[in-house]
Amino acid sequence: MRKRATIVCSVALLLAGCGGGGPQGSSDSKLSGDRIVLGVLNDQSGVYLALSGTNSVKAVQMAIADFKAKHGGDAITDDITVETADHQNKPDIANTKAAEMYDRLSVDAILDVPTSSAALKVADVAKEKKKLYFNISGATTDLTGKSCNKYTFHYAYDTYMLANGTGKTVTEQGAKNWYIVYPNYAFGQDMEKSFSAAVTGAGGTIVGKDATPFPNDNFSTFLLKAPTLNPKPDVLGTMQAGGDLVNLVKQYNEFKLREKGVDLSVGLMFLTDIHSLTPAALAGTTYTDAWYWNFDAENRAFADRFLKETGSRPTFAHAANYSAALQYLEAVQAAGTDDADAVVKQLEGKDINDVFLRNGKIRAEDHRVIHDAYLAQVKPAAEVTEDWDYVKILKTIPAAEAFRTPSADCKL
Amino acid sequence: MSAFLQHTFDGLVSGAFLALLALGLSVIFGMLRVVNFAHGAFYMLGAVGTYLLLTEFGIPFWWALLVVPLALGAFGMAVERTLVHPLARLDPLYNFLLTFGLTLVLQDLVKLRYGTTSSPYGTPSALTGTVDFGLFDFPAYRVFVLSFAVVACVAVWWLLGHTRVGMLVRAATERPELTRALGIDVGRWVTPVFGFGIALAGVAGVLAAPMRAVNPLMGADLVIVVFAVVVIGGLGSIFGSVAAGFGIGLVQAWGESYLDQWPIVAQTSVFVIMAAVLLWRPAGLFGREEAPA
Repeated sequence: MRKRATIVCSVALLLAGCGGGGPQGSSDSKLSGDRIVLGVLNDQSGVYLALSGTNSVKAVQMAIADFKAKHGGDAITDDITVETADHQNKPDIANTKAAEMYDRLSVDAILDVPTSSAALKVADVAKEKKKLYFNISGATTDLTGKSCNKYTFHYAYDTYMLANGTGKTVTEQGAKNWYIVYPNYAFGQDMEKSFSAAVTGAGGTIVGKDATPFPNDNFSTFLLKAPTLNPKPDVLGTMQAGGDLVNLVKQYNEFKLREKGVDLSVGLMFLTDIHSLTPAALAGTTYTDAWYWNFDAENRAFADRFLKETGSRPTFAHAANYSAALQYLEAVQAAGTDDADAVVKQLEGKDINDVFLRNGKIRAEDHRVIHDAYLAQVKPAAEVTEDWDYVKILKTIPAAEAFRTPSADCKL
Repeated sequence: MSAFLQHTFDGLVSGAFLALLALGLSVIFGMLRVVNFAHGAFYMLGAVGTYLLLTEFGIPFWWALLVVPLALGAFGMAVERTLVHPLARLDPLYNFLLTFGLTLVLQDLVKLRYGTTSSPYGTPSALTGTVDFGLFDFPAYRVFVLSFAVVACVAVWWLLGHTRVGMLVRAATERPELTRALGIDVGRWVTPVFGFGIALAGVAGVLAAPMRAVNPLMGADLVIVVFAVVVIGGLGSIFGSVAAGFGIGLVQAWGESYLDQWPIVAQTSVFVIMAAVLLWRPAGLFGREEAPA
């Protein structure tokens, strides 16, 4: 496929060079197959359906529409389509689907891919096929660490950003003593390490930490233990996600830990989680958000369009999918070709501001996309006046502080 | 001391769920010789049904506690008549596969309608407080769950021990051939007993809705532990499953609180105990070696 693209490109260049007077060969001849195909590979039936899933496909379609509207007749091509597949959060399925997207469906760039293990598999495929890959919903820092490669970009967030944002900021704001519970698998263990480092780095103390079974429906042992620890923790940091998080929060409220002076901080939480738990159950909880739909007028305008398309407000993953698709198309437009190496060159080191990326920059060293992050707190039920407007932003964490410095493990 | 009592109480509460589920499984196995793999799915339906009653019809928790088990019991009887019964004469493996398949179907139906994210369900307003036991206090709802489960288990025990129906069921459970030989129509009781077992799973599901995540997979994870409980107590032994249910709840709670340096030990304790019991007493702690038919 690439070979053909190269031939097509060189022929087009030759014609353009010799032809002289003729109409500048329409630029789409520099595109493989004369078109651009984006691939959204994510969970479309399981636990991550709501937070990204099929609505991210719609977000990508919105980006395509905006790109076309902006460039009109000057757009590199009018033929931009989206392919989509369900990887069921399984690495092996992600692997096959990604290869199929690149090879058979002529996908130029794959987007999204939640679940770290699946995210890493797709990075390998992107490297092997030399095609672009924007990971959005995966959390592992390995994507920009030991598993980084030239064609992979990590867009929205990672475990370091979450732990650093919440752990460091909350500690600095006075909650010195932490009790951490984490699910006993890769994501949870990663999060616990990053969190403990962030808390102690900011002058806090980990007074206790416990690995919990995964999945687990009964957290009462840990919740009973929390207020009895010495010194008493100011905050319970939970690294649970999905159904486990729901279990933990319900039981946190049952045991009235907030009333006992133990606040709640959540490692990773999406808007859709707050929606399903109800803001009342989470009132006062702090967490790090990569983007919030009601942060300013620009975000809100996007969220209004998204609501019209999907019936719900966007999570940060939806907004990030939109942004990544848009920035990819812009890079192709600027490069005048969809040749992966040329597009990577366009993207590397680029400063970007768009609806999702504030003070954004695509780091050339490790392909980490850095941008402002936000420390968010769930509003008390009485202050929730609008559906989906559940949090207030306590603090904007500047892009340069929000993410870790490029890792020495990453050799692009 | 107060911490120990708290953990003990907590263990009894999670044991209550295990006991209710194990009791239903045991009654069904005893009467039908069917290992009902779909038990966790029925538990899930109990919780989802509770949520559905509130959101679709505005019916609160207390009515759900009555309506959901009855509805699930009826549904269970229909399942027994239409699906389980026709396979009863074949190898037990067929019903095992049937109920396993049924689990997947039920889970996916709920998934289709509600997705996999958990649905919100609050604690009933009368029970949001805590109860002060002097040495420690405990969420009121959990106190209610434990009392309700204990009452339910005692009621079942009384029903089985002191009524004519109960005696027939016990006889049919423990010596099915002999009971038949005495001219008792065991078949008549098969469908209601199956429905009853499912209704118990429904009760556990309703009780779970306010304190656990309500989603299609909530039963899938729990049912594995319940099977371990039933094996430990002795398949088909009514008393055994209840005792093992509460016992395992305690072991888990104590393990998690006192072996917290070794989370793996606490998390696998149930299965280690199961393996040990199987080696020592293959029929379970309270089970009886099956009499050759």
